Amino acid sequence: MSAPDAPRPVLRVQDLAVHYQLREGGLLHSRIHTLKAVDGVSFDLMAGESLGVVGESGCGKSTLARAILGLIRPVRGRVLWLGEDLTLLEDEDLRKKRKELQIVFQDPLASLNPRMTVGDIIAEPLKTFFPKFARVQVEERVRGMMKMVGLLPNQINRYPHEFSGGQCQRIGIARALVLNPKLIICDEPVSALDVSIQAQIIALLRDLQKKLQLSLIFIAHDLAVVKHISHRVMVMYLGKAMEIAQRQALYRKPLHPYTSALVKAVPIPDPRIAREQADTGLTGDMPSPFNPPTGCVFHTRCPYVVKRCKLDVPALRRMENGDWVACHRAEELDLTIRLAGHGAG
Amino acid sequence: MSALLEVKDLRVSFDTPEGEVHAVSGIEFRLDAGDALAIVGESGSGKTQSMMALMGLLAENGHASGQALYKGQDLMEMTAHELNRHRGRDIAMIFQDPMTSLNPYMNIEKQMTEVVMHHQGLHHREARAHAIEMLRAVRIPDPEQRIRQYPHEFSGGMRQRVMVAMGLLCEPDILIADEPTTALDVTVQAQITQLMAELRRQSNTAIVLITHDLGVVAGLCDRVLVMYAGEVVEYGTVDQIYYEPRHPYTRGLLDSVPRLDHVEDQELHAIPGNPPNLLALPSGCNFRERCVHAFDACHQKPALRDVGDGHFSRCHLDQEA
Repeated sequence: MSAPDAPRPVLRVQDLAVHYQLREGGLLHSRIHTLKAVDGVSFDLMAGESLGVVGESGCGKSTLARAILGLIRPVRGRVLWLGEDLTLLEDEDLRKKRKELQIVFQDPLASLNPRMTVGDIIAEPLKTFFPKFARVQVEERVRGMMKMVGLLPNQINRYPHEFSGGQCQRIGIARALVLNPKLIICDEPVSALDVSIQAQIIALLRDLQKKLQLSLIFIAHDLAVVKHISHRVMVMYLGKAMEIAQRQALYRKPLHPYTSALVKAVPIPDPRIAREQADTGLTGDMPSPFNPPTGCVFHTRCPYVVKRCKLDVPALRRMENGDWVACHRAEELDLTIRLAGHGAG
Repeated sequence: MSALLEVKDLRVSFDTPEGEVHAVSGIEFRLDAGDALAIVGESGSGKTQSMMALMGLLAENGHASGQALYKGQDLMEMTAHELNRHRGRDIAMIFQDPMTSLNPYMNIEKQMTEVVMHHQGLHHREARAHAIEMLRAVRIPDPEQRIRQYPHEFSGGMRQRVMVAMGLLCEPDILIADEPTTALDVTVQAQITQLMAELRRQSNTAIVLITHDLGVVAGLCDRVLVMYAGEVVEYGTVDQIYYEPRHPYTRGLLDSVPRLDHVEDQELHAIPGNPPNLLALPSGCNFRERCVHAFDACHQKPALRDVGDGHFSRCHLDQEA
């Protein structure tokens, strides 16, 4: 393995596509619709890197997570984990890989079995993968995990409903980390939590990521949340990657008009700035994913649309600074974000 | 001058198998025409239940006391029949989840016209025209066609706009919006917030925004009431609350919001501990166990005190000074 200071991709996702077939109508006149939930997404993830994935409902971010883990089979593309293509593995081999790739879900309580104690929940992956571990060993490991995520080890025999939402999310994180995975995918891990608790969980994930040198994919619908935990951010819209950029660049000078709209849509908790806050510039609603627009999928809502956008699909291409964008007009647009009282407060 | 709405010592409790839960322990505020008040708090703070109480919408095991004077008349004293004359017409409430508050078996037209026909005695045709006008006001494209559709045929953002349109149908004096944008995507949230601000400007509707999101409040409201464990812990203008917060809980909330406008790595400062359990509150100040400034005096209950210019805080730190 390479040293952390010479990063190279642990995960390479190449042209990944997940399509769902849905039948509509009665028996006689049924039609098959294809929903392209993820449609040709590519990116690299380095060892110890954290990538934020942001987009609104229906952009395919959760499907992407599940396809990377092999929980959904893609129709196309490759998921290279340490050089091995996970999409080619049989179920049993794929299952073994889950030691290395783990997921934390959005709804903390719903993702925990209510009839199992916290100790059993956290121990379950361990017992599955290492059935020969002695009970004492398992319990020691579980207590260690509980401590690491900020739970009191003496609560090991309690049940999920006895914990608050934030604590349940800590349990979910402990369960994901108990096998020492190299990659964790967090699917909206804080969006069901209260604000004061969100910050706790973000801080915890950030600390753990540094301490354990984890690679992290952090999915959220809100750019503000992702900002605090990501080295790079990928913005998705209708199944496609619109932009993949270094965090600082993305928030100051987005390359894609959709990123810029997402940045502007986040309300700023500062009355003077908020009163002046420009509107997003977006028009209309998100188009139906069953019938995505031709050309650039964003063209129906883009304030900078030109004729070409309606005809040609823009490829995700690399810019001079190493960031990626899928917009025909990326070079000519200046989307620098200007805030009234920038940095004040 | 008499207020449009004056709430005095409003209390709400619930009988539960574990005992009586005090969800709201005496809140007070005043609302005038065109005001926009935010009630901010997290789960279990009592923000929703206080508004449900004055709308007469508490669950069966809930009890409310205190006064809620709408133009001098106490809503809390009214029978369901009397309340019905005001609900929807003078005071409208919109909820977080439009899918659970819209009737899935009725098309939008039926749901919208029913309200106006009931309250304003309009004929169906007039009611329909008015409903279409409101849908247009909330920027639903092609309202003449879409009014015939059912809730499931609308996207989440569109449904929330339908809710706003329904809330505004009878041109209420007061619009109570309970987390109206929480379930929505950020770009849709921005549209709905903008829409509410416009409607307030145009028709002088007073708005009560119930939320946990300090970002949305900053741009929309002019006064803020911060609640914790059923009590008001701080009250003031938005500028007072955001630029000179006095209560440690308010400061903690502001510091835990991830912000896009801070350029460099700002550390998030979480509030330690967990949201309050109303059945097991600490003695003295409810926030004591999570407060980094807690000291001896906090074992006594602090009072809500004027700290200057109509800015109130419930904290012993302020009472020392």
